[in-house]
Amino acid sequence: MQQDRTARIARQFIEAIPHARALGMTLETIGDGTAEISMPYDPRLIGDPATGVIHGGAVSALMDTCGGAAVMLHSSGPSTTATIDLRIDYMRAAVPGQKITAQATCYHVTRAVGFVRAVAMDEDRDNPVAMATGAFMLAYAKAERS
Amino acid sequence: MTDDAPSRPATRGRPEPVQVVKQRRDGALSALVRGVPYITYLGITFERRGDEITAILPFDEKLIGNPALPAIHGGVTAAFLEVTAIIELSWTYLWDDIEAGRIDLEAEDASRRLRLPKTIDFTVDYLRSGLPRDAYARARVNRSGRRYASVHVEAWQDNRSRLFAQATGHFMMPQGLRERE
Repeated sequence: MQQDRTARIARQFIEAIPHARALGMTLETIGDGTAEISMPYDPRLIGDPATGVIHGGAVSALMDTCGGAAVMLHSSGPSTTATIDLRIDYMRAAVPGQKITAQATCYHVTRAVGFVRAVAMDEDRDNPVAMATGAFMLAYAKAERS
Repeated sequence: MTDDAPSRPATRGRPEPVQVVKQRRDGALSALVRGVPYITYLGITFERRGDEITAILPFDEKLIGNPALPAIHGGVTAAFLEVTAIIELSWTYLWDDIEAGRIDLEAEDASRRLRLPKTIDFTVDYLRSGLPRDAYARARVNRSGRRYASVHVEAWQDNRSRLFAQATGHFMMPQGLRERE
């Protein structure tokens, strides 16, 4: 049952979110309160025309999506989530042409809030491009809360 | 029309004709915005009154994050705020050079030569969900140092006083020349 639920959430997270689809996001792996989502390099997302580096805003969109997915995948089984706050630190420019991958962990939940940490990397996985911390509102459908 | 009165006359005495001033400022702003593909991708445009600029994000299907409500994607909101902050900061930073005619943003290779501020960190405060309609944003440069700047940005939809999101970001300022060699 739990597996069905996570698989459904996984599908929904990309297919049902028009903006995630528009950016070509792919859900790579899922776990209990964790998600890994990748976004291919796309010239339309360039923020600095001089270097071809992707705009920070696109990385934010990836981090937000991945954070929300991690909250939805938490074992407490929330049915909806919305971002309250998201802080992103940009450590370096992502290398142009490389796919960006975000990993998020929902490391704690209360009745109403999920706390998330996330990291974004290009192909050099040892040197993250950005890190994020976020708080997400969450709600439980009556039927699904065990 | 007094909003485009030059901040100082080009030469002592006669101020520049208003159309010349408007064309220079609107041309520079539109070139600055046009140079960044991601701004075009999101469909963001800018309106200008003197040096005050307002970003406009027209609603579009591809911006949806929650189809059930529907609501604008939190990532789109973050991106909209960050775009607004960077354009406001660049605009403020380039203003004197634009006014003095020291920089031509409308030159063919200007967008590739221009150095833009780089985001150090960006913190978004989501106040209410983004409704499926147009959104607006304005940024304010609170600190503008030689090395870094602190920028606050507010976004609203129907009512200016009911923000749906706000953000604060820190940005590294381009060092040395305003343009690449």
